Amino acid sequence: MSDATVLLVEDEAPMRRFLRVALEAEGHRLLEAETAREGLSLAASHQPQLVLLDLGLPDLDGLELTRRLREWSSVPIIVLSARGQEQDKIGALDAGADDYLTKPFSTGELLARIRVALRHRAAGEKPEPVLRIGEWEVDFPKREVRVRGARVHLTPIEFKLLALLARHAGKVLTHRQLLREIWGHSAAAQPHYLRVYMGQLRHKLEADPARPRHLVTESGVGYRLRE
Amino acid sequence: MTPRPDPDALLRQVQEAEALAARAKLKIFFGAAPGVGKTYAMLSEAKERQAIGIDVVVGVVETHGRSETALQAEGFERIPPRELPYHGKFYPEFDLDAALRRRPQLILMDELAHTNMQGSRHAKRWQDVMELLDAGIDVYTTINVQHMESLRDVVAQITGIVVREGVPDTVLERADEVELVDLPPEDLIQRLREGKVYVPDQARHAIDRFFRKGNLLALRELALRQTAQSVDAQMRRYMASEGIQKTWAAGERVLVCVGPSALTARLIRGARRLSASLGAPWIALYVETTRHLRYSEEDQARVEANLRLAEQLGGETAVVQGGARIGEDILAFARSRNVTKIVVGKPTRPRWTELLRGSLLEELVRGSGDIDVYVITGDPETEAARPALARRPAGPRPQAYLGAAAAVALATAAAHLFHPAELADIVMVYLLAIVVVAARLGRWPSLLASALSVGAFDWFFIPPYQTFTVTDLRHLGTFGVMFLVGLVISNLTERIRQQARLARAREQKTQALYRLSGELARAAGSSELVASAIHSVAEQFQGRTSVLLPDAEGRLAPSGEAGFPLTDQERAVAQWVLEHGEPAGLGTGTLPGAGATYLPLKGASGTLGVMGLLPEGAPRWADPDSLRLLEAFANQTALAIERALLSERAAEAHRRADEERLRNALLSSVSHDLRTPLGGILGAATTLLADPGLGPTPKDLAQTIQEEAQRLHRLVTNLLDITRLESGALSLAKEWVPLEELVGSALSRLEPLAAGRDVRVDLPEGLPMVQVDPVLFEQALVNLLENALRHGGDPIEVKAWSTGPAVTFSVGDRGPGLPEGLEDRLFDKLVRGPGAKGPGAGLGLAICKGIVEAHGGTIRASNRHHVGGAQFYVTLPVGPAPPAPPQEDTPMEG
Repeated sequence: MSDATVLLVEDEAPMRRFLRVALEAEGHRLLEAETAREGLSLAASHQPQLVLLDLGLPDLDGLELTRRLREWSSVPIIVLSARGQEQDKIGALDAGADDYLTKPFSTGELLARIRVALRHRAAGEKPEPVLRIGEWEVDFPKREVRVRGARVHLTPIEFKLLALLARHAGKVLTHRQLLREIWGHSAAAQPHYLRVYMGQLRHKLEADPARPRHLVTESGVGYRLRE
Repeated sequence: MTPRPDPDALLRQVQEAEALAARAKLKIFFGAAPGVGKTYAMLSEAKERQAIGIDVVVGVVETHGRSETALQAEGFERIPPRELPYHGKFYPEFDLDAALRRRPQLILMDELAHTNMQGSRHAKRWQDVMELLDAGIDVYTTINVQHMESLRDVVAQITGIVVREGVPDTVLERADEVELVDLPPEDLIQRLREGKVYVPDQARHAIDRFFRKGNLLALRELALRQTAQSVDAQMRRYMASEGIQKTWAAGERVLVCVGPSALTARLIRGARRLSASLGAPWIALYVETTRHLRYSEEDQARVEANLRLAEQLGGETAVVQGGARIGEDILAFARSRNVTKIVVGKPTRPRWTELLRGSLLEELVRGSGDIDVYVITGDPETEAARPALARRPAGPRPQAYLGAAAAVALATAAAHLFHPAELADIVMVYLLAIVVVAARLGRWPSLLASALSVGAFDWFFIPPYQTFTVTDLRHLGTFGVMFLVGLVISNLTERIRQQARLARAREQKTQALYRLSGELARAAGSSELVASAIHSVAEQFQGRTSVLLPDAEGRLAPSGEAGFPLTDQERAVAQWVLEHGEPAGLGTGTLPGAGATYLPLKGASGTLGVMGLLPEGAPRWADPDSLRLLEAFANQTALAIERALLSERAAEAHRRADEERLRNALLSSVSHDLRTPLGGILGAATTLLADPGLGPTPKDLAQTIQEEAQRLHRLVTNLLDITRLESGALSLAKEWVPLEELVGSALSRLEPLAAGRDVRVDLPEGLPMVQVDPVLFEQALVNLLENALRHGGDPIEVKAWSTGPAVTFSVGDRGPGLPEGLEDRLFDKLVRGPGAKGPGAGLGLAICKGIVEAHGGTIRASNRHHVGGAQFYVTLPVGPAPPAPPQEDTPMEG
């Protein structure tokens, strides 16, 4: 799973330095770009397996870079952002970025996210019919969910929501993405629908719905199914 | 053609309608005579209101020992009366302040016409009622027809009883509902015989006279008519507000001429009735002439009282300066104000004086053109009250008479030069002397000069000389003419002198105002301005002056130098003036017992403060002219103070905004510059820690670097948060969120800290969603939970419950709890509990409070007394529920 080529687009030299050490210790090969343009050309020429993208770049904003990358590539993108850039972060995720990390972060967190993203890339090519998350089993063909083997009744929307999150397990899905998938464009302005169903889902599946282990809230951004 | 609605009238109507929608309701139970059962009717209706849940309180109910009424009055809460001292004894009186504090929905105030005892805030009960209404409290009250101000004369004519307590008709017009409590005269007399009507012993005789059947019939008719009129007025107001054109008054306007006579009050009431029946506005006009100066103080006071009466009855008042022909002045004023009807009194002077001096009435009728002139009778009883011209208070000094004699002597000497020339020349010389005396020394010396001149002329120049004997009778004619001419000259000259004096007085006032505005314009800053206003007013009115401005809590305090010490009682008067924007205290209708006069300082934005004036000796602003001047002073001062305060406030705001901007820019750049390297430090440290080949000592060191970097990061984040909160530039992106989700994500953010701790979450099902900014509010919860995790012991209990319009969220811990007295200060910036160790700079709870308050919520802390420990409560208002998501019809089948 290691040995991936990772493109790092980051203008701060100290950040680049420690990321290089951390990623190379993990066995990845690192390409470094200081600006968005440099990043775009490196992405085109080297076809990396993953992109780490800082949102506060001097020349182009990360959102624009994500869009341009997505025009021709499905490479996983992890956005690195500072706190207070919530809107940029959501924009990048909506535009197709796969995950985000808020600075400052520890290398452990970063490497875990990279692992999830790379695995997804691998799995995306051959979707599994039954997914196991902890004690849960999501059986897509049967449209069934089991917790410790016992079947749990879900409404169609609850199942749809769970299935969406499970298909992208480990990845953040924004409110907008989820609303669009489940209700179409019309309900996009009603994020509390989503919160209501997420609450129901947690009550049905989580051991302690007030402290969910798998159906995690990414506050202000969306939800993630944590494995 | 239908007259078009006047835009001003329309606007007034809109404003009235708006005020009506907001204001409290007044209902009047109206009766023809005492004993018809008004109080009983009022209580019965109040009972019904109480039964449907209205909060009814009795302010005043006079049962007069009638058992059925007393029975009816049971079951209501009463405002306890105040005991007021009067001639050494204490009497109960309605306590207005207690009623205002109690704030019922509806208050019962019997006997609207009651005169309050000295020491009450208002002179009359109806003024209390007005204040209750202004405070938004509905009022039920009772009144008899004879107490209506405009009907008092009529009642006095019918019954022969003069009623002293009157209520302005405007109060009745203010009523939203007038209910006539009617009883046929026979029944009323029957009730009287049965002793069911309260009669004080000393009034038994008068009352017997009052309760004659004829009287009662007339009073009943009056009451019926008055009620019909008020219903009619409501109808008209309604039709007008619905745009029903026909009823628009075709611009009628009534003018009533006011004088110092006691008849004028009748005249004013008559004019009011006339204009009420026309639905027209009315003006009371007083023409001030040189005669005004010669009126006795009593008469001058009566003019003032008449004008005040007109104001109370809802009329506009005006005073104009007049010349010799008052009629012309009245007509000119009437034309300038589009008056259609003039009301004057019937002439009361003997006819010969009219022949001599002309009649005002004739002047008016001849010059009136298309204006109608109404002549109203004076009451013969009061005719004696015709104003007596008083002598000028300060007569000429004795030297003036000596001067007059000397002038005549001089003229005699000069005339000898002409002697024995034509007598006409000699007469001329004497007339010259009279003119000089009249011009320099005034009326009475000039009259003396006229008499002396005639005598001297006879003695010295009419043969036989040195005697007063006259042989030639023709000379008597000369004497007569000479004396008359002297008289006319002295009169004319005197009039000119007086006019000059009036003009001078007016000039002085203008000068004084001009000086004041000049001084106010020169003053820089509000304190200097107040000082110069105090100085100017004190100088002009010979009184000790204070300017009182409210502090942040609305409590008045002297600004700058206090002219006189302010006792609590005086301060209360001033406070009333501030709250009501009307003058009060000495010489006014409200709280006249105060030592000083208090005027509101009214600016464009409301009452800014109060100006107090304590007279030295008799107040110099008792007459209407001076009072008006004083008001003009107060207005100018108010405008100047307002201007100064506004510009000071603007400068202050500007300065603060500059500071704020600078601080924010500095802080956010500092936080950014601090956070970027922190990201590097933390990343590097964690990378080091991830290296399995690291020895134990470097590992410890890397661990330290990581922890300290995290702590520094938290501090920087908190600084940025508090800066954002305090700048007020926070925009909330509110969404409906279940509390459970917020608690969940807050706890998951605190996972490293909460690991291994006993955190118990107890959120009931069916908790309503809260409308918050999820990111910010989660931060508030994180701070709160972090505080408990760091400073409190396990178990940490997280609870929430909903109480109607609010949801409360609480975090409790076990342990020593909060030190006494720190519960509130805890949320201030940089406040930390004693012995608080570990990371933090006392910002976490301040941020928490800032966020909660930005959401309209409250936060508080207390100690848990039974188990020990601290508990924090966050309460958030819950608005209307959000729209539910679309229903799902079919549960999914497997």
